[in-house]
This record gives sequence, structure tokens and C-alpha cells, in this order.
Amino acid sequence: MNQQRKAVALISGGLDSMLATQAILDQGIHVEGINFFTGFCVEGHTHAIRKQDADKPKRNNSLWVAEQLGIKLHIIDVIEEYKQVLLNPKHGYGANMNPCLDCKIFMVNKAKQWMAENGFDFIITGEVVGQRPMSQRKQTMPIVAAESGADDLLVRPLSAQNLPATLPEREGWINREKMFGFSGRSRKPQMALAKQFGFTDYAQPAGGCCFLTDAAYSNKLVDLWKARGNREYELDDVMLLKVGRHIRPKPNFKLIVAREDGESRFMSGYKKDFMSMNCASHRGPLVLIDGAPTEEDLYLAGQITARYGQGRDAATVDVTIRGRDGEEHNIQVIPLPAEHIPEEWFV
Amino acid sequence: MNRQTLNARRLLCPLPVIRTQDKVKTLQSGDILTVECTDPGVMQDIPAWCRINGHKVLETRADNGEYIIVLEVV
Repeated sequence: MNQQRKAVALISGGLDSMLATQAILDQGIHVEGINFFTGFCVEGHTHAIRKQDADKPKRNNSLWVAEQLGIKLHIIDVIEEYKQVLLNPKHGYGANMNPCLDCKIFMVNKAKQWMAENGFDFIITGEVVGQRPMSQRKQTMPIVAAESGADDLLVRPLSAQNLPATLPEREGWINREKMFGFSGRSRKPQMALAKQFGFTDYAQPAGGCCFLTDAAYSNKLVDLWKARGNREYELDDVMLLKVGRHIRPKPNFKLIVAREDGESRFMSGYKKDFMSMNCASHRGPLVLIDGAPTEEDLYLAGQITARYGQGRDAATVDVTIRGRDGEEHNIQVIPLPAEHIPEEWFV
Repeated sequence: MNRQTLNARRLLCPLPVIRTQDKVKTLQSGDILTVECTDPGVMQDIPAWCRINGHKVLETRADNGEYIIVLEVV
């Protein structure tokens, strides 16, 4: 009797991994999905903190894809381990702080560990030769396979016919002819295959699935490291870089100014971790203060806080300053006119 | 039957799902888990996770900025 072969698929929530998984499911393989949470993943929910994005779907795409495919999904927290990938990428960064090739190697390696621990036989990814400039080139595909340790247990169903036969193909567990020979940046073959599989709804992330590919986000991360004098970070740092206006008037402190009520609500969960401010005499946003401001700096921070509140045109505004211990006191400030906030203060 | 509560407040998706997944691994079939969250996305994601993993959602409710999911481990 033939043994039921089992594959673990890296499910990003995008179309390519969805198609690759379906192609292997169609060959009678038992597939389960795996999704890694690095902390930098782009999530509908993160955007949903803001009211203006409230109409965006709040679903987690990897869960949604798994449900469409009828497979189990294991979501793995790799926040701590991922720090080494981000801080010391052997293959360097892409256009921003994105270590895409090292990231792919890391994730395939983690999938290989999971495969061994759970008695699975091989790994599937949605990689396509030439699809992405850093991690999905003809030259980098073998690097991912070799440096992850997955070697010929790594199957890329969408580009399999452009790549050397893997062990599952050679052993006859899967049929190479029933996989594909996609290459290049065009999405047309994937869209045609989606239609063939009957997938009418799928996520199409415009900027990839990772905040590190975003220039503005990467700038904020680099600024944080520079201000602290080291490159350590925690998940809360990563999350707070996704919300608010970040304004650094001086090297020793930064303000995170909520842009609307949703962000104020989210940031209020950090009042015990940061000094915070808000306008007392007028409506205005919650402001978190990261760093070690002097008394003089706090006055300036109060002026900036007042500038983003409804008292921006008032002669004076009362601002409440709250310590991490919850102790509060008020100061009276003259709101800083918008033109007095230099562009270079905005991180 | 064992009843447990998981505090997943302040966590954004997918962390509440991950914490739920990890907690459920320690429970037995028939146990009841109440997950308390502040990310509204859990109202979609934890039931989706339950569906694909065969667990039963007994109740979902929003309560003054908090989102509560009660599930039964199958």
C-alpha cells in the first residue's frame, strides 16, 4: 500500500502560496499550512486601528487562505528568533531594511524543523523564478534550498518545471508534469491558474507582506536604533512604529502623536510604558513620549501636542503631562504654529 | 470539563490567534476556553482558526471595547 505523503506549505496569505498548495493537494498529498509571525507582517488589523481604514477587510489572509484550501494552518511566533535575521542578514538588505533572502532561508529552515518534528515529508512554497528582485531570482532559488537545509525536499510547484527535479518528484510522490513552469514578474499566469482553480477572491498586497519593505517604516526603525544607540527592539517598538506621527525635535526624545481616535485608543494601552500628554483645555490626540526629555523639552512637547489639538489657534492651551506611574500635572503652553515644526523633525 | 480564561488584551492579530492556538494545545477535548481581546479582528480570525482546526465556537460578543470568544476544544 502506498504511504500517504504529507507536505507542509508556507502560507503567506497571498495568491502564489495558495496556488502552489492547491497544485499539490490536487496530487493527493496531505498538506498543512504554516505561517510565521515576525512582528513586521502587514496585517489588515494593524491598519484597522485607524478609522479611515475601517472598510478594509479585517481578516487574516493566511487563515482565510487555509480555510479556502480546506487545510489546517499553524501560525508560529518567531519574533525573538527573527531578530538575528533582521540585525545580521548574511545576504544584506533590499531597497529598505528588508532582509528578504535571509528571511526566506530562515522560514524554509523553520518549516524544515517543523516537518521533522511532525512527521511530514516535504515543503512547498509559492516561489516563482524571477518574481521578486532579491529573494526569487534564478540564482537565489538554490541558495534558499541549500542554506535552509531543505535541499531537494523543497518543492516550488509554480516554477518546478524550471528547476531541477526534487526528491518528491524523483520518488514519484508528486508528478512534475502536473506542476508549472512560471517565471518572471508577470502575474498573468497566476491569475489564469486562479481562474482554473476557481479562486475568485484573493489578497493582492501592493507592497509585499512585510513592513520592512516600506521606506517610511524602515526610516522609523533606523531612527529608533540611532536614538537608543543600539539595535535592540521589542515587539511593542515594532507595533508603535506602525501608528501615529513620529516627531523627533531633539535626539533625546521623540513624540508619537495619534492621528485619530482609533490610534489614541490603541496607544492608551502604552501609558504605563511611556510618559504621555494630551490637551486638557481642548480636544486633542494622545501623545506618547519616548526617550528622556528635560523640563524644557517637555514644554516643547506640550506645544507640539497643542498644535495637533483643537486649540491650535488658541492663545494658550493647558496640557496634561502624565508619568509612567500615572501621576499627572498640567502646564500651560503656546501652541507651536505648523510652520515652526521643521520637516526634518518628522521621522 | 475544565474552564480556562486567556487574556489576549492589547495584542494585535495574529497574536491573539497564536496565543489561543498555544493554549488549546495544553487543553483536553471538551474543555472550554474564554479568550478576552481588544483587537476587533479576533471576531473573524479566532472563529476562522476554530473552523479550520475543528474546534467549536460557543459564543462571540463585543463588550465595551473588548471582544470575547468562548470556544470548546474538540
